[in-house]
Amino acid sequence: MPETILEIKGLNAHYRDFQALYGVDMTVAAGEVLAIIGANGAGKTTLMRSISGLMANGAGQIRYRGNDISGLRADQVAATGIALVPEGRQLFRSLSVEENLIIGGQIGRKGPWNVQAVFKLFPILAERRAVPATSLSGGQQQMVAIGRALMANPDLILFDEISLGLAPIIIKDIYAALPGIIGEGMSALIVEQDITKALSVSNRLYCLQEGRVSLEGVSGAVSRAEISRAYFGME
Amino acid sequence: MEWANAVVQGTLLGGLYALFAAGLSLIFGVMRLVNIAHGDLIVLAAYLGLTVVSVLGLHPLLALLVVVPVMALFGYVLQRVVLNRTLGDDLLPPLLVTFGLSVILQNGLLAIYTADPQKINAGPLETASVSVAGLSLGVLPLLTFCVAIAVIWGLQWVFYHTALGRAFRAVSDNQDIAQLMGLNRRHIFGLAMALALAVTALAGILLGIRTSFDPSIGGGRLIFGFEAVIIGGLGNLWGTLAGGVILGVAQTLGAKVDPGWQLLAGHITFLIILALRPNGLFPRISA
Repeated sequence: MPETILEIKGLNAHYRDFQALYGVDMTVAAGEVLAIIGANGAGKTTLMRSISGLMANGAGQIRYRGNDISGLRADQVAATGIALVPEGRQLFRSLSVEENLIIGGQIGRKGPWNVQAVFKLFPILAERRAVPATSLSGGQQQMVAIGRALMANPDLILFDEISLGLAPIIIKDIYAALPGIIGEGMSALIVEQDITKALSVSNRLYCLQEGRVSLEGVSGAVSRAEISRAYFGME
Repeated sequence: MEWANAVVQGTLLGGLYALFAAGLSLIFGVMRLVNIAHGDLIVLAAYLGLTVVSVLGLHPLLALLVVVPVMALFGYVLQRVVLNRTLGDDLLPPLLVTFGLSVILQNGLLAIYTADPQKINAGPLETASVSVAGLSLGVLPLLTFCVAIAVIWGLQWVFYHTALGRAFRAVSDNQDIAQLMGLNRRHIFGLAMALALAVTALAGILLGIRTSFDPSIGGGRLIFGFEAVIIGGLGNLWGTLAGGVILGVAQTLGAKVDPGWQLLAGHITFLIILALRPNGLFPRISA
């Protein structure tokens, strides 16, 4: 049994009076890829925001390598080795492609990823390194967003809806590249609407429904019927 | 020839206005903070310069070696301790807090230095002039203009060629995502305010050598700075220099017509440009 690197226990999250997560429990082992599925508004992005420190949570709810990170700021969480590829890519529009990558790497964690390695993974970015990042196509922007997160040499990488708004052919390319990206002992959480895609790249899956975990299982072992029940909440 | 002279003098005066404006522009660009106390901070720098000159007996330009770092440090602390707490989705709290800071600074200076007009004595520098193409140019205005160009160029260089500038732009684009990249925005904002007040220190001392000042003149300097920023277009530092020059030329030409028209001509020019080009003459391309 590999070491557990992320342990979430009884995670609650609120936007003012609205509670988005209710007592979510989740564990991620080193090297494991988890798929998080669920309908819009199920709390997937809130979970990502909580883990990455963009939302503060109650003490002891999120532990990373044994340390409580629930109350840390996002920059402090980033320094511990967790990187987020945010929903909607959210590149820095005043920065060039290369600058977006460089800024991803500036927390200075050691590891295999640097600008050259990202350019090798996505050669098109090397050609377009000097242009403003937001002038790229959607798929290329997603490559920059993934590269930017990799530049931090994270041990745990969070992908939030990386196929949202992209052409199917581009999604296929990006998912084809994922195993090569995640390899080398990196753990990943993949939030995805497309269940087939999510199952194909993950070891285990969690389904969220209205802020609660409605299903948890090994990706190859859960049936479609179980998933639809957990996804839609219908019997 | 007299009109040409007025244009040239106005251009040089514009350098000083650009120095007033550069700090405002920087702060607004990085953290969307409108600093109402900016003019009073310029006056504070002038008084600090005055004190350093009189206590240490330094030449005013050497006093910069003291006043610039002191103002920068003050800026960092002010940002971390006070202003960061006011920043959020609402634009009103920073406006109110910097307005309050403006009142505190004015009254603090009044209590310490009295309302008597003061001037920083720079000796022969104040009256030295050079003759260029039949025009007599003051060395001090010329120096001020060169300093303004150097400051704008330097800020531009920092913004586009250093890790700090990259961090400024990233935080300005998207604070949350910048935080995910390991940038602590509170620290970055502190550094931006430090840089802005370092420029303010330069502006304050050059102002104090050029004209007499008292604790109440901050508001006027703030207006000139604002007008230069708006004329030039938000977020464009070279535009800010152009804005300062346009304002300076409008004022000296107005004064040429009638000395009472100096300030009014500047404000009217500003209003005309604001009416015709609400985003200023050279707004940064991105929305």
